Amino acid sequence: MTAEPLPEHPDFLWRNPEPRTSYDVVIVGAGGHGLATAYYLAKNHGITKVAVLEKGWLAGGNMARNTTIIRSNYLWDESAAIYEHALKLWEGLPAELDYDFLFSQRGVLNLAHTLQDVREGVRRVNANRLNGVDAEWLEPDEVAEVCPILNVSPRTRYPVLGGTFQPRAGIAKHDHVAWALARRADELGVDLIQGCEVTGFLKDGDRVVGVETSRGRILTGRVGLAAAGHSGVLARLAGFRLPVQSHPLQALVSELHEPVHPTVVMSNHVHVYVSQAHKGELVMGAGVDAYNGYGQRGSFHVIERQMAAAVELFPVFARAHVLRTWGGIVDVTPDASPIVGSTPVENLYVNCGWGTGGFKATPAAGWTFAHTIATGEPHPLNAPFALDRFTTGALIDEHGAAAVAH
Amino acid sequence: MLLITCPWCGPRDETEYHYGGQAHVPYPQNPAELSDAEWAEYVFYRDNPKGPFAERWVHSTGCRRWFNVLRDTATYEVLASYRPDEPRPGGNR
Ligand SMILES: Cc1cc2nc3c(=O)[nH]c(=O)nc-3n(C[C@H](O)[C@H](O)[C@H](O)COP(=O)(O)OP(=O)(O)OC[C@H]3O[C@@H](n4cnc5c(N)ncnc54)[C@H](O)[C@@H]3O)c2cc1C
Ligand SMILES: [Zn+2]
Repeated sequence: MTAEPLPEHPDFLWRNPEPRTSYDVVIVGAGGHGLATAYYLAKNHGITKVAVLEKGWLAGGNMARNTTIIRSNYLWDESAAIYEHALKLWEGLPAELDYDFLFSQRGVLNLAHTLQDVREGVRRVNANRLNGVDAEWLEPDEVAEVCPILNVSPRTRYPVLGGTFQPRAGIAKHDHVAWALARRADELGVDLIQGCEVTGFLKDGDRVVGVETSRGRILTGRVGLAAAGHSGVLARLAGFRLPVQSHPLQALVSELHEPVHPTVVMSNHVHVYVSQAHKGELVMGAGVDAYNGYGQRGSFHVIERQMAAAVELFPVFARAHVLRTWGGIVDVTPDASPIVGSTPVENLYVNCGWGTGGFKATPAAGWTFAHTIATGEPHPLNAPFALDRFTTGALIDEHGAAAVAH
Repeated sequence: MLLITCPWCGPRDETEYHYGGQAHVPYPQNPAELSDAEWAEYVFYRDNPKGPFAERWVHSTGCRRWFNVLRDTATYEVLASYRPDEPRPGGNR
């Protein structure tokens, strides 16, 4: 295995137009989800009078901060369906967008360290297979074959008792994904407007008719929120509540190393996940900070715990150095599943609650959200993820079931 | 790391505590009369402000008592901590 060079960027990625006074659709947030939504609005539905408004810079939110793990081995049917749709789209997107964003299907291992982990993992493998998702149960010696640097000795504090493996899972260069989607959306006529914060909503009765922004008022027929950690703040401005809580989630990277880590390894029980980026950094993450927060940083004790877990699992990392840590703000729902669909405000749609794991869903989130905005109706894949599930009780409880966050 | 003051034990590291979410969420007075939407509000909906937030913490490795903290979720500044029977400093909301 050799480190792959990063591809050259095309010179021209997108225009930087002034906002117009009106659009057919306004998307709030130019993260991966907002960009994918705009792309599919134009491509699948022919709606091109679209603006994507971004308060900072394009894809500078969670899109630039995540650890890029892509997989579809979720337990429940509804989740498996939408994440597997995403994975299938990922498999075709580099060619479709004509942009090599280094989607690398190196597989994902989810380790089991307790008898209950083992049972849960085997159950999930069976559920995945019934849903057409590739999944295997591996015994410790097979885990060691997939990832030789992993310590599968029975003499560790939490021995590896096995793991689930999804071979089609992997990672991608997240910035390049955003730029690839942005370039195509721009070519199809979408206005991508950076430095433009949405500060309020214009309503006619219960119907949204425009947005107030830091760059003036923009009229529009439909609004789609794709603001991840800030969805709760925007909903409040629009006059309704969302069952989401915003939490800081952090990640870190080491300096560059020779390619040593052939797959993605995640452990729910000792809570760390590790992959090696294309250039050679070890990319690591853990869980969210428990408290609500909008600061893009996390607590130090979370790093201490994840490093302890990482060094026990990968003794070879003992002398690696942490080069950089950062945080993002993720919006978590009570059932750890996203909310995609209509809101109490007519013509205002929301895509949020992807929590710690929405990067992998980017194409499917965009695909289904575009459908909902274009037709006013849910797509079969996002219908179960409607806001009213909290009233009807039809929750999709992926807490724990989904094989760790992300 | 946050430095949080337990009203009984004094200032301690964040790692001594566990988080309990929004404070001052009373159990419904007439549960039998609640609609499904009102139950959903009580069970699943919590405030999520970017700014001052009254929240519950428990001093799990200390006195193991619950108390409330007023904390700014944007700056992480701990503005006040107080016993559960005390009102939110500066009035409600
Ligand atoms: C440390 C970390 C690790 C993660 N690891 C993974 C992983 O390995 N795999 C995975 O699948 N997911 C992962 N995630 C989750 C994933 O990043 C998110 O679920 C996903 O990026 C959310 O969708 P988005 O890309 O559109 O959000 P964002 O990129 O956050 O986009 C939202 C945008 O909205 C903008 N915005 C907010 N408010 C306003 C406003 N008022 N006006 C205008 N614009 C506004 C923001 O500036 C932001 O750019 C991780 C997240 C973090 C923080
Ligand atoms: Zn105490």
